[in-house]
Amino acid sequence: MPKRIPVVEKILSANDRIAQENRARLDEAGVFSINLMASPGAGKTSLIEHTVQRLARQFRLAAIDGDIATSIDADRAAAAGATAIQINTGGQCHLDAVMLRDALKQLDLIEFDLLLVENVGNLVCPADFELGTHKNVLIASIPEGDDKPYKYPGMYKDVDALIVNKIDLLPYIAFDMDYFRRGVELLNPGLVTFPISCRTTEGLDEWLDWIKTNARP
Amino acid sequence: MWYSVSMHELAITQQILGIALKHGQSVKAKKITDLYLVIGQLSSVVDDSVQFYWDMISEGTICQGAKLHFDRIPASLECRHCGEIYTLEDGTLTPCPRCDSINVNVITGKEFRLESLEVEE
Repeated sequence: MPKRIPVVEKILSANDRIAQENRARLDEAGVFSINLMASPGAGKTSLIEHTVQRLARQFRLAAIDGDIATSIDADRAAAAGATAIQINTGGQCHLDAVMLRDALKQLDLIEFDLLLVENVGNLVCPADFELGTHKNVLIASIPEGDDKPYKYPGMYKDVDALIVNKIDLLPYIAFDMDYFRRGVELLNPGLVTFPISCRTTEGLDEWLDWIKTNARP
Repeated sequence: MWYSVSMHELAITQQILGIALKHGQSVKAKKITDLYLVIGQLSSVVDDSVQFYWDMISEGTICQGAKLHFDRIPASLECRHCGEIYTLEDGTLTPCPRCDSINVNVITGKEFRLESLEVEE
């Protein structure tokens, strides 16, 4: 005779539990951590390069780069002056808490103040997998188009800050900033937003100030 | 559709299997025949894709052959401005239909859990 048994368990509860452990390790070592998410080509690695170069005197920086293959991103972060670890996900479309835990083991956390985690380029999957970082930041970029908040609500809904990169391209691309902002506001009212250009460095100061007010060297 | 079968669903399906086996074993089930999943409309999960992976990874476990039931919860929103409660037709976010405010709060649609199992003891 079949029997119904109640479960009522969040499907990603195992991931969430390890994310909490990651957070505890980072807190204990005094490392402020940011998970950077974006579509491929939005400028995650460029932003990390600029952030590392500009903050290297004040903060001891580490970068963890997630990609399906290659170490191109970690090499760029290292060249900019960070201690960099590459995670190759072997086809998986997002980082999860277990991958971050394993990467954290390769760092002597007490030696760092600030950790930048570069997620796999993807606007869907990373949103569901908490890593345990202190802040989740989304990088949008002008060439992606102004409709992305409407098409990827899961990603825009829960992030703590939004960067809009490549604003130097606004004169050349049909991007309706009001329409974009309206979509963001619908999902994430009052979201702190930084319009920047990694190419011209416009707007970077505000982003760096935001990190400085959150992290302590 | 090849593009609906992503690694994302594989990771999720592995979690579902882990939770089901844990609860099935705790009641010493011989077989798990049905899983009841509650998934909000705003969760990025493709049912067919989960079923595809499920059939592969549940093989050889007490979950082999179990049927997955997806209870899709529609997204409902509450307007913070006028209090109107409305549901989304196709998952596309829209402003309040009464006052056009975009200051809204998601009430349902983000669910993502295994609600219950049917087992043979």
